[in-house]
Amino acid sequence: MFAAENGLKGDPRLEAISAAIRVVPYFPKKGIMFQDITTLLLDHKAFKHTIDIFVDRYRDMQISVVAGVEARGFLLGPSIALAIGAKFIPLRKPGKLPGKVISESYELEYGHDRLEMHVDTVEPGERVIIIDDLVATGGTLSAAISLMESQGAEVVECACVIGLPEVKGQHKLKGKPLYVLVEPSELDEFC
Amino acid sequence: MQTIISPLLVSHRLSLAPPVPRLLNNYHHRAPTSIRLSSHRSTNSLRLFSSTVVAAAAAAAAASRDSEMATEDVQDPRIAKIASSIRVIPDFPKPGIMFQDITTLLLDTEAFKDTIALFVERYKDKDISVVAGVEARGFIFGPPIALAIGAKFVPMRKPKKLPGKVISEEYSLEYGTDKIEMHVGAVEPGERAIIIDDLIATGGTLAAAIRLLERVGVKIVECACVIELPELKGKDKLGETPLFVLVSSA
Repeated sequence: MFAAENGLKGDPRLEAISAAIRVVPYFPKKGIMFQDITTLLLDHKAFKHTIDIFVDRYRDMQISVVAGVEARGFLLGPSIALAIGAKFIPLRKPGKLPGKVISESYELEYGHDRLEMHVDTVEPGERVIIIDDLVATGGTLSAAISLMESQGAEVVECACVIGLPEVKGQHKLKGKPLYVLVEPSELDEFC
Repeated sequence: MQTIISPLLVSHRLSLAPPVPRLLNNYHHRAPTSIRLSSHRSTNSLRLFSSTVVAAAAAAAAASRDSEMATEDVQDPRIAKIASSIRVIPDFPKPGIMFQDITTLLLDTEAFKDTIALFVERYKDKDISVVAGVEARGFIFGPPIALAIGAKFVPMRKPKKLPGKVISEEYSLEYGTDKIEMHVGAVEPGERAIIIDDLIATGGTLAAAIRLLERVGVKIVECACVIELPELKGKDKLGETPLFVLVSSA
């Protein structure tokens, strides 16, 4: 669900966050209007608002794990984890994690990819949030949910800065709540 | 479908595979540079330390440059916990390499908090407006530091990951070359930056990051890493840029 529908309607921070996100047309290929959060990271106030909103939401929910999807989930997850006193667990592309891993495959537009996680990082019953910068089809997040659930962890929510139209109206992903700050920025919003 | 590579071992903390990174329990005196950071010590204060510290400092003073260790009069008590939370994985990504795995540090909330605090304490009053972090593990440490010191975070990435217009810098690998990229317009001339990565090995990546930022007129105040592999002499590749590390792993 979008933050504006869930207690943050009219919150000026959401507008600042949205305005700080740059749209890059035709990346990585024609037809895609890429939502670039690097400009959000250049705007210290807007970046801080982003983290603050997530921290305020999850601070009192007994979350002991923040999992972030490589690589842009790494930009957001650790700051949230630190603020709420949770562990940070990186979910990575194959072959990157050095220790023993479990992996889950997920579909791309053409073909498949895999997401990996170290074993022995979550205990059964731990409460987890999964972070990524953006959710489109939800394929990556679904794989992340599967990895966590295979270890007996409870995924409390998936959280993203941006949610593409495919997820609008969807409150759940694989049965798990989805929390999104903003809709995609338009080309003319960024000068 | 799901692949389980090993049986599940349920334990609260990961056990560490030996060897654990060795801590250097001393302080390397660095030759004065144009950048005076508040924790920089004069030679005189080193004489108050224990004999092992003085011996090391005297030897280090003879060297032209040394990485600055995150130590004070005695080793900062947070360092031991940070070092012991790092897991070493032998023969990854290939035989002979002892891989320094910081993912276990990220599981230790106190150690991770202390890691960030040590960097923030060092850089918060230095007019740093840019924290540049090298993909991907630099993305884990850089943003929390940037947020705490009021700086922007600039990701430095492998080719073709950044969507906008980029500038890139090539650097050597053992076999061949690689490139590091940064968005045009992310930084402005005259800005003061630190560059963050989890580890410095040969120094190739950090040196390329320095060159990239310097090309656009940024002043790199320091490179900061959690871990250094001193035998690989990465700091020698950094030119005039100082190096600050928390843990040195021989």
